[in-house]
Amino acid sequence: MPAPDTRRTSWWTSGAPWVWLNAGAVGLSVAAVLGLVGLIAARGLAHFWPAEVLEIVHDDGTGRASVIGELAGIEFADPELLPDPGSGTPVERRLIKTGNRRVNAPDFRWLDRAAIVSERRPADLVVFERMEWGNAYGRLRGIFEHEDRVVHGSDAQAWTALQQRLARVAALREEIADLQASTIDSINYELEELRLERRRRALDGAGFDLDWRERSLNEEYTRVEARLMDLVRALERDAVEVEIMDGRRVRIELRDVLRAWRPNAMSRVEQITHYMASLWDFLSEEPREANTEGGVFPAIFGTVMMVLIMSVLVTPFGVIAAVYLHEYARQGALVRLIRIAVNNLAGVPGIVYGVFGLGFFVYLVGGTLDDLFYPEARPAPTFGTPGLVWASLTLALLTVPVVIVSTEEGLARIPRAIREGSLALGATKAETLFRIILPVASPSILTGVILAVARAAGEVAPLMLVGVVKLAPALPVDGNPPFIHLERKFMHLGFHIYDVGFQSPNVEAARPLVYATALLLIGIIVVLNLTAIMLRNRLEGRYRFIEG
Amino acid sequence: MATERKDPGNDRAASDGPAAGGVDGAPASPERETPCLEVRDLSLSYGGVPALSHVSLTIPRRRVTAFIGPSGCGKSTLLRCLNRLNDLIDGVRVSGSVTLNGMDIYRRGVDVADLRRRVGMVFQQPNPFPKSVYENVAYGLRLQRGIARSEMDDRVEWSLKSAALWDEVRDRLNETALELSGGQQQRLMIARAIAVRPDVLLLDEPASALDPISTLRIEELIHQLGAEYTIAIVTHNMQQAARVSDYTAFLYMGELVEFGNTDGMFLNPAKQQTEDYITGRYG
Repeated sequence: MPAPDTRRTSWWTSGAPWVWLNAGAVGLSVAAVLGLVGLIAARGLAHFWPAEVLEIVHDDGTGRASVIGELAGIEFADPELLPDPGSGTPVERRLIKTGNRRVNAPDFRWLDRAAIVSERRPADLVVFERMEWGNAYGRLRGIFEHEDRVVHGSDAQAWTALQQRLARVAALREEIADLQASTIDSINYELEELRLERRRRALDGAGFDLDWRERSLNEEYTRVEARLMDLVRALERDAVEVEIMDGRRVRIELRDVLRAWRPNAMSRVEQITHYMASLWDFLSEEPREANTEGGVFPAIFGTVMMVLIMSVLVTPFGVIAAVYLHEYARQGALVRLIRIAVNNLAGVPGIVYGVFGLGFFVYLVGGTLDDLFYPEARPAPTFGTPGLVWASLTLALLTVPVVIVSTEEGLARIPRAIREGSLALGATKAETLFRIILPVASPSILTGVILAVARAAGEVAPLMLVGVVKLAPALPVDGNPPFIHLERKFMHLGFHIYDVGFQSPNVEAARPLVYATALLLIGIIVVLNLTAIMLRNRLEGRYRFIEG
Repeated sequence: MATERKDPGNDRAASDGPAAGGVDGAPASPERETPCLEVRDLSLSYGGVPALSHVSLTIPRRRVTAFIGPSGCGKSTLLRCLNRLNDLIDGVRVSGSVTLNGMDIYRRGVDVADLRRRVGMVFQQPNPFPKSVYENVAYGLRLQRGIARSEMDDRVEWSLKSAALWDEVRDRLNETALELSGGQQQRLMIARAIAVRPDVLLLDEPASALDPISTLRIEELIHQLGAEYTIAIVTHNMQQAARVSDYTAFLYMGELVEFGNTDGMFLNPAKQQTEDYITGRYG
């Protein structure tokens, strides 16, 4: 009689290694994602904190000199690479952001740790955030009105006076911006419309009776311009005298100063308030200084707007195509071929879509639209140039396979019994489609839209060809009819990252902004996705089938 | 003979007169009834594989006709020919004719949606729409435009009462139908089918997915509905066929073997094949 089979299950055959392998892979992925987001968040968000300003006295071999600035980085340089290898141990170096661009020569300086004699954080050091040329660091030495010194010294009174005058300047600046946005822009817009109207009438051979309108617009423009000049003169009144690190005294016009603060003297509450205000400015202001300063609001607006228009375009396209392929087309070799083609379309590189969009949408479709409807603007293009609508269409094309595939999956999941139940009650195929199938498939459709949004919001390459620019002169939405200007060029966070990080004249100063912008882009994609996911979950709850 | 039928349907059979059940001892034959659906020489193949061949039978008006036979014999296929639900399957070829009240339903130009409204169907598995109880019943009514809100309410209530479901769902009309029990769902399916007032009701093994108590309730319901509707029911349960039907058709391998009065057929089958099947020798 044979002995019964015995088999001891070892750890290797138990299946446990696979569980560990899977868990390890998942853990690694999660750690990678969290690490990436954490790094971006830490680097990006720290930028807005009012960093301490150091006054460092160092000996560079020729004598003692003082350096004022923020600590921007610490590095241990490999001695082999230095001109003087010294002892062979790594040399600690500090990167100091000294600012005062245009007065000091480089605005970042490397200091050897060994050369530093003393390091202090005096409370009277002031940071001026300027409209141009970045931050200025120094000590307040007086306030001027035009050429007359009105406040001496740097005591508390002088500081209060400075803040009051900055508030006045900010109010004036706001008034000027309002005047620009509300009146001057719309007058210019109307004048341009008038010029086009005149061309149109000339092309049609009709009479000219638009002179009175142009005269009245021009008169209004002159009036507004006079008011604007008054404001600008008022803005130019104040200036401060600042002693910078090498002891020179320089004059800074308050017109150019956005904010001034003394980071070393700030309480925790003041620091948090300052942080929030800087963060808000970043989100709500327009960029300055070749995008390396100021905010990213136009880029946020452009990104969200483009993604929304893209979703509105891609959803009906994808759903109609999927419904035809799954519900109406005769299943055969041709449909299989189309399905393979659609799946492969999702793998085409984005830049190829960009080239296609430029050639087909911009030049062919846009150019034809211009010839047909905007002959008066010729030779300047209206739609025949990269713009928001073409970028959205190109991305819709890029993401339509995702929507088709996921909608088809949703349609395939609907039990046949449900369709037959509807047909057996006398519903036609179309009635069944609209009353039962599409509502039940709507969660899958939304899944497709979610994936499409995720892909579209992160895509940059095709956009460079069909509508994204470094700096857009105007938002695609404004107060001039027709209010939504789809033909305009726009800014995009993804392109902004590339531009700020790699195309800016001052990479060192722009680096924190790259992190902050990247964090913002991730945040926007997460918010857009969460919205769609919440919508989908609500629909799924409504259309969940009982198992079996 | 009639004593064999141990179910409440006896009342109806008794009150309905001699034609229905043979209480007077004279078995009725389907040919003597008023015809509702006439199937003539019907053959059907799926992609070249024959499923029905040369089936001819007459389904009488306001009677319950059962189709029995072993799995794969074509009884469901035959049922689905009666409302042209087989049209949805690719590669189906049909020859012969089916007439509903004298009109050939396979003629060109027939409004299939209207045909299906007149020939309602209940499936093996309850297939409620993912909507409320009310909307499930009102679905067919909403397809016919111009039914006022109040009339809609009346029709839904009437349908649910006819399907013996009203008392159980009157307080949850706006809750989803997916939460009902299997038996309730199947009665909801019957309510949904009769809401559009069809002439014919096709039942495709309506109780096969249900527990014995729910099955009993469905059978009672079929009996009651049999007085007003022409019913064709597919079942693999011969006791059920014997309990609920007036006439029975036995199909085997796509062919109609025997068709006649249920009592007559179960007590005294004309063919050996039928006798083998109903006595459980194969199937």
